[in-house]
Amino acid sequence: MSTLAIDKAGPTRKVKLSSMSRDRTWALRWSYFFLVLFAIFFLTPPAYMLITSLKSSAEISAATNPWWVFHPTLSNYVELLTSNQFLRFFWNSSMISIIVVIVTMLISIPAAFALARMKFWGSATLATGVFLTYLVPDSLLFIPLFKMLAVIQEFTGVTLLNRWYVLVFIYPTLTVPFCTWIMIGYFASIPKELDEAAIIDGASWLQTLTRIFIPVALPGLIAATIFAFTVSWAQFLYPLVFTTSIDQLVLPVGITTTLIKGDVFNWGQIMTGALLGAAPPLVIYAFLMDYYIAGLTAGATKG
Amino acid sequence: MADIVVEQGRLVRAASPRKRASLQNVLGRKSTVAFFLTLPLILLIVLLVLYPAFYSVYLATLNKAMTKFVGLGNFTFLFKRETFWMVVRQSCIFAITAVVFKALIGFIVAHFVHNIPGKKQRKWRGMLLVPWVIPPAMSTLAWLWLFDPSYSAFNYTLSFFGVGPIPWLGDTFWARFSVILVNVWYGAPFFLIMYLAALKSVPDQLYEAASIDGANWWQKIWHITLPMMRNIIAITTLFSLIVTFANFDIVRILTSGGPLDRTHLFATWAFQVGIQSSDIPLGACVSLFMVPILAVAAIFILRDVNKRGNEA
Repeated sequence: MSTLAIDKAGPTRKVKLSSMSRDRTWALRWSYFFLVLFAIFFLTPPAYMLITSLKSSAEISAATNPWWVFHPTLSNYVELLTSNQFLRFFWNSSMISIIVVIVTMLISIPAAFALARMKFWGSATLATGVFLTYLVPDSLLFIPLFKMLAVIQEFTGVTLLNRWYVLVFIYPTLTVPFCTWIMIGYFASIPKELDEAAIIDGASWLQTLTRIFIPVALPGLIAATIFAFTVSWAQFLYPLVFTTSIDQLVLPVGITTTLIKGDVFNWGQIMTGALLGAAPPLVIYAFLMDYYIAGLTAGATKG
Repeated sequence: MADIVVEQGRLVRAASPRKRASLQNVLGRKSTVAFFLTLPLILLIVLLVLYPAFYSVYLATLNKAMTKFVGLGNFTFLFKRETFWMVVRQSCIFAITAVVFKALIGFIVAHFVHNIPGKKQRKWRGMLLVPWVIPPAMSTLAWLWLFDPSYSAFNYTLSFFGVGPIPWLGDTFWARFSVILVNVWYGAPFFLIMYLAALKSVPDQLYEAASIDGANWWQKIWHITLPMMRNIIAITTLFSLIVTFANFDIVRILTSGGPLDRTHLFATWAFQVGIQSSDIPLGACVSLFMVPILAVAAIFILRDVNKRGNEA
């Protein structure tokens, strides 16, 4: 009797499985179909940047098929990469981003270490405060910061407005809170036994930080570095407000203000500039995608 | 002998078996170390975030030349201006519509990506996140060019389907549509990544059990996926609401608030009033109107993040 029952159950189960796997194949096909559609939507603007950047002005104003390059040329790239002005923007952007990354790390790593491991008076409040600061947008602070800089400039005689280096002081307000926050998370996930052992062996707090925490939390450190770099590279509002002279501009502001002259849009050059401006974050992303994504998703978790 | 002398010199309670000079002891104490480690962070927050925030409130109570205290004069002035109410309405429409579509597209695409097996999934994910990686100021330029009135690549393509030229940035409705579209394009990948990470954390057994019980795909989403992802959905949405509400780059580059101030958000209008027309107090006043909504969103995020922390 029992064998008969099993025999009966066997075939039905098999049928169900194959129908399930057929469902799955179809689900996969539909997934691919819609993913292609969405990929077209997501990748059209960057692709169009590339297409336009390879066109000459004559081809653009001839209004031929905009989605195709009939006479590809690198003249836009040559022109921009030999223009002192554009190279100056690139230089300013690079300097600012690199310095901001260093400053951010110097501030947020020690702070995150203290907040993650040393329970001191007010540490929980400070951690919450850091997270709240991260939620303060740049568009809320640009006007008071502008006025503050003007007042300080008046009092001390040090030129602050219209100088690229002032951005080095301002950008950490955008990068430090988030970097500290995710570093708290990474540091807190390190087993306590590790640093307790170090302390027992006679290591100071600073040695515990540099010899144990930083090496162990290196992936978090890389994620935070990438975040700080991309944020400072992409920042648009602060440089637009604080700098005006052409030699002080950063890349995003430089491209939007100098390449667009009145009503004359040299689109080939604008797209080339935009693509070159987007290149550093894209290259970093291409090589360190997993760290990039880890940093992105880490913000929503508490350490 | 020397050790004993030092120990007697100090307070009895503080006496410890460690052999250190007292200054070194203070420097080595945990709270002192912690204070010095967090000092730069505290200074940064206080001087460059907290102080400007309060300074902004002070600025908002001055007259245009910043010589006289006018109290709430700037606020009552704004209340009487039609443009202000237009900005309020447009900011809300912009933020809510954009966030809803970002969340929807992110949710849908996350499911498709989740269906793709193994290594290919990584490639798709990498490709679909590109809009989020490009600096928004740069990608918005590409959109501006796609929307160009005389050489619009969109209108060129649409003309094959017999759809007439659309004034993407010239007409109020289409301009509003365009800025939202660009914002959705830029922000949806962020939702995609967050939801994908959340989807991976839902145990497969739940879906298998549901299949055995005969649940259809909608029931699986409604009774398993959404409850399991509720927290991450809330955090992502609220976070995006803040960022979208305070958006500047996209509207500034695409329309600069035009046509006829119809697409202005708080940030772009504050920039125009405060910096371009150099009425700093009024500009500060405009941007302060973002605070209530940001504060509410921030409180909810904080609650959810703390909850998430306790779950883990």
